[in-house]
Amino acid sequence: MSEQAKTSDSSVPRGILGSNALKSYLGAYGFMAPAGILVIVFFLIPVAIVLYLSVTNLASSNFTSDLAKMEFVGLKNYQTLLNDQFARKIFFNTIFYVLVTLSIFNVSLALIVSLLTTHIDRNAGFVFRALWILPRITSPVVYILIWKRMTAEAPFGIINQFNEAFGQPTYNYLATNPWVFVVVVNGFIGVSFGMIIFTSAIESIPKDLLNASLVDGSSKLQRIRYVIMPLIRWPLLFVVTYQTLSLLTSFVEIQLLTDGGPGLYRTEVWSLTAYHRALSNYFGNAQWGYGSAFAVLLVMIGVVLAVIYMRVFRFDELIAEPRVEAL
Amino acid sequence: MKVTIDNLSKKFGDVVGVENLTLHIEDGEFVAFLGPSGCGKTTTLLTLAGIYKPTDGVIRFGERIVNTVQPKDRNIGMVFQSYALYPHMTVFQNIAYPLKLKKVSKADQHDRVRQVANVMGIGELLDRRPGQLSGGQQQRVALGRALVKEPDVLLFDEPLSNLDARLRLTMRGEIKHLQKDLGITSIYVTHDQVEAMTMADRIAVMSGGHLQAFDSPDELYDRPKTQFVAGFVGNPPMNFVDVSVQASNGRFFAETESLRLEVQKARGAPPASHDGPVVMGIRPEDIQIASNGLVSGEIFVVEPLGREDLIDVRVGRHSFLLLADTENRHQAGERVSLAFDMEQVQFFDPETEKSLLWQ
Ligand SMILES: Nc1ncnc2c1ncn2[C@@H]1O[C@H](COP(=O)(O)OP(=O)(O)O)[C@@H](O)[C@H]1O
Ligand SMILES: [Mg+2]
Repeated sequence: MSEQAKTSDSSVPRGILGSNALKSYLGAYGFMAPAGILVIVFFLIPVAIVLYLSVTNLASSNFTSDLAKMEFVGLKNYQTLLNDQFARKIFFNTIFYVLVTLSIFNVSLALIVSLLTTHIDRNAGFVFRALWILPRITSPVVYILIWKRMTAEAPFGIINQFNEAFGQPTYNYLATNPWVFVVVVNGFIGVSFGMIIFTSAIESIPKDLLNASLVDGSSKLQRIRYVIMPLIRWPLLFVVTYQTLSLLTSFVEIQLLTDGGPGLYRTEVWSLTAYHRALSNYFGNAQWGYGSAFAVLLVMIGVVLAVIYMRVFRFDELIAEPRVEAL
Repeated sequence: MKVTIDNLSKKFGDVVGVENLTLHIEDGEFVAFLGPSGCGKTTTLLTLAGIYKPTDGVIRFGERIVNTVQPKDRNIGMVFQSYALYPHMTVFQNIAYPLKLKKVSKADQHDRVRQVANVMGIGELLDRRPGQLSGGQQQRVALGRALVKEPDVLLFDEPLSNLDARLRLTMRGEIKHLQKDLGITSIYVTHDQVEAMTMADRIAVMSGGHLQAFDSPDELYDRPKTQFVAGFVGNPPMNFVDVSVQASNGRFFAETESLRLEVQKARGAPPASHDGPVVMGIRPEDIQIASNGLVSGEIFVVEPLGREDLIDVRVGRHSFLLLADTENRHQAGERVSLAFDMEQVQFFDPETEKSLLWQ
């Protein structure tokens, strides 16, 4: 590896282009340009705009598209946010929603499904995994309609029809247990991502290594614990990090299922609030500035979490140390 | 531990891994499975290890039938071609892994790993990760891991193929020595006939999922029962020529349009009584370039091997490989006469490819 790096280094024609490093890497920058431009146009600039909006009081009532004419209010939006009596509730809602969905579905169930489907007949495993992908590839509106149909009140709801058939009481599930369904509905979508990553990680473990563990005296469960799990640590870190961030920012399903209700903010999460404040005609007034403050805090929380994850999983340890050639 | 394999078959759907294999391996014996790539050696080994369930047949370790016994309950050690070391464990943890699974106490684990590591000459490396070791060191760790639990049977799957030539020679000697020392019944898979010949007490020659022969190296070399075995065992390989063997006045001659060689009665009589042409086999070391040789030919190519030259000589439409002293400095295009040592010559039925001399 280091050998290759050296040769490609020395192959840069410094002699012809002079000693200017920038010039000699022009080709490399050229190849990076398309991706770089996309990141700048669709990520960095929007982030900058949202940051700016969050320190203005832009709303429907004083709307202008001219950045210069927007009224600068400093950190007032953030102050309002901290004093907002519901922000606290929404914050803990969000933590609850992300933690529970992530740990039960996006990580644990994903891991269980991929471990099970890689330990059975290949084709059968493939079929089971394909079934788990269905919720993700179904359009959210259709998918949520299905769930609404299942959880609807008697006599329409499918679950309640079973309850009636077995002589059980019926419930208005989305009113009585909204969190259960918010988590399950999102969880079923969330499983497939981790499942695909874990499955390909498990399948790329060399067969010899897996056989060696059995010959060395492990049961299949011990092999999962001592060999497979340590070897898929990096994909596991990736899924935990990536899915935390995507759960933090996803709100479409919740919006369609409960729209943050029932009642005041029962299942409202942070990103949904940002949307409600900034873009939905909340109380007849879209507060772009205030909504942006929510969005900025969300991005900051995401970045902090990502850094913490890297530390906890000891990212540096996952990179192989250099080989010592001897003997 | 005795290992008895009776009528073993392993099929993957329609693909035959190994078919109808019968082998009785003695306690403490070192047996090599020799055959070209894809002939079912690994399949057989993994079936013995319990990774694959046999499609048919019976495997016994000692008197115990192990067909459905889990790998962990077979007390076997295995060394893989890829070494198969656990990359996330140190050398110590790799070797200790089988002991940990057996719930051996920490102190005993420590002692036994140290002891094995010292025998394998890797005592200094216990804190390293496999990724930091050279191929030879990794192979020693793999061997240590297989030995540490004192297995009843040792399985090797081409353990030396990934090493360079010199290291292979060293490890060959070490493995053989260790095996004799410990007396553990060992099965050693290889496609390298030199490895098989030098290390094994007996060699099972396989081809296309079938057992071709199971004999000592000398037997396979001197009295090959099939043409496949004759051609596979020995390096450079045996020369084969289609001939007809004629008897005249109690003397026997192997003839083609460009050759007429006398064969002694013991070797000549069986092919002479065979209807039609037969395949004659003669090893390179039984052909000499000699001024008094009876057969004349032309050197087609000379390949220097260092100690000697491998020479391809064309006689009529036949081609013979032979070995000659480098000092003679033979050149391509040179005309030479050849002397054949017909005492070691082999004859095979061209249809069945079975030996006409040994049954
Ligand atoms: N898991 C498997 N599934 C299907 N076919 C296999 C499998 N393992 C081996 N085979 C087939 O069985 C035959 C023997 O393979 P193998 O035992 O690996 O040969 P060798 O080790 O002698 O090179 C080959 O034709 C191979 O393609
Ligand atoms: Mg093989």
